[in-house]
Amino acid sequence: MTLALYRIDDRLIHGQVVVGWGQPLNVSFIVLVDDEVRSSDWEQDLYRMGVPPNIEVRFASVDEAARELAVWEADPRVGILLVGDIDTAVALAERAPQVRRFNVGGVHHRAGRTERLRFVYLTDDEARKLRALVARGVDVTAQDVPTARAVPISEFA
Amino acid sequence: MSELRGIIVSHAAVAQALVAAVAAITGIEGALTPVSNEGCGTEALAQRLSQAVGTGPAVLFVDLPGGSCFTSSARYARQHAEIAVVTGVNLAMLLDFVFHRDVAPDEAARRAVDAGGKAIRVTAA
Repeated sequence: MTLALYRIDDRLIHGQVVVGWGQPLNVSFIVLVDDEVRSSDWEQDLYRMGVPPNIEVRFASVDEAARELAVWEADPRVGILLVGDIDTAVALAERAPQVRRFNVGGVHHRAGRTERLRFVYLTDDEARKLRALVARGVDVTAQDVPTARAVPISEFA
Repeated sequence: MSELRGIIVSHAAVAQALVAAVAAITGIEGALTPVSNEGCGTEALAQRLSQAVGTGPAVLFVDLPGGSCFTSSARYARQHAEIAVVTGVNLAMLLDFVFHRDVAPDEAARRAVDAGGKAIRVTAA
């Protein structure tokens, strides 16, 4: 199989990812791409605690992820790649052109952001960056859980 | 020692329902504060948590041993003194907690794990 889901979610590893997507996709590994978490053993332990032992968790910086992506895509098991914000998604897509899609799974309220969907709040700049990803051929949809509709970008950015 | 407060941190309305259940059973109100992660990113949840805890010692009762409720609670406890975190919150541990709040957070947390764990069992057919 491959990386079945590229997800932008500011909660990173949490129930919707591990259970909501992990169960139906039969996920065997999760790659968490975040420069800050990559540099903190304590944060890594924290995120690992939310994952059952049969699912492997890997932590990578954006640079490491860009280098390793081909390996993860060739992995016979099913995996999920997670980033915590739009800037990280853009940085990864720029360094790894084989990134062809992103699922916006949770970008929540913060000063300067406006509500686009119940689980998606964006600044105008973030919306512009997502549209730029689409213009480069990346498929971007918003969907919190697998049973929900995949909302096309025209409806939220 | 100021009396301990309990903060229940959960998905959806689990925390709110547990607070209501404890009040209905014991008549004790004000010992527990619910926090939901509904609609929250990491920052917003940290703010909700901080507001709920206020000042003074507290035990954070979290629904699952992983996920946004847990990671936010663990970070909060790391940054503040006199905060303990217990996962797998259930009604039994809360009922015990509200009657035993004259101890340090760590001790209350251990007690909660004991009381909550004893309530989980398979009953005879």
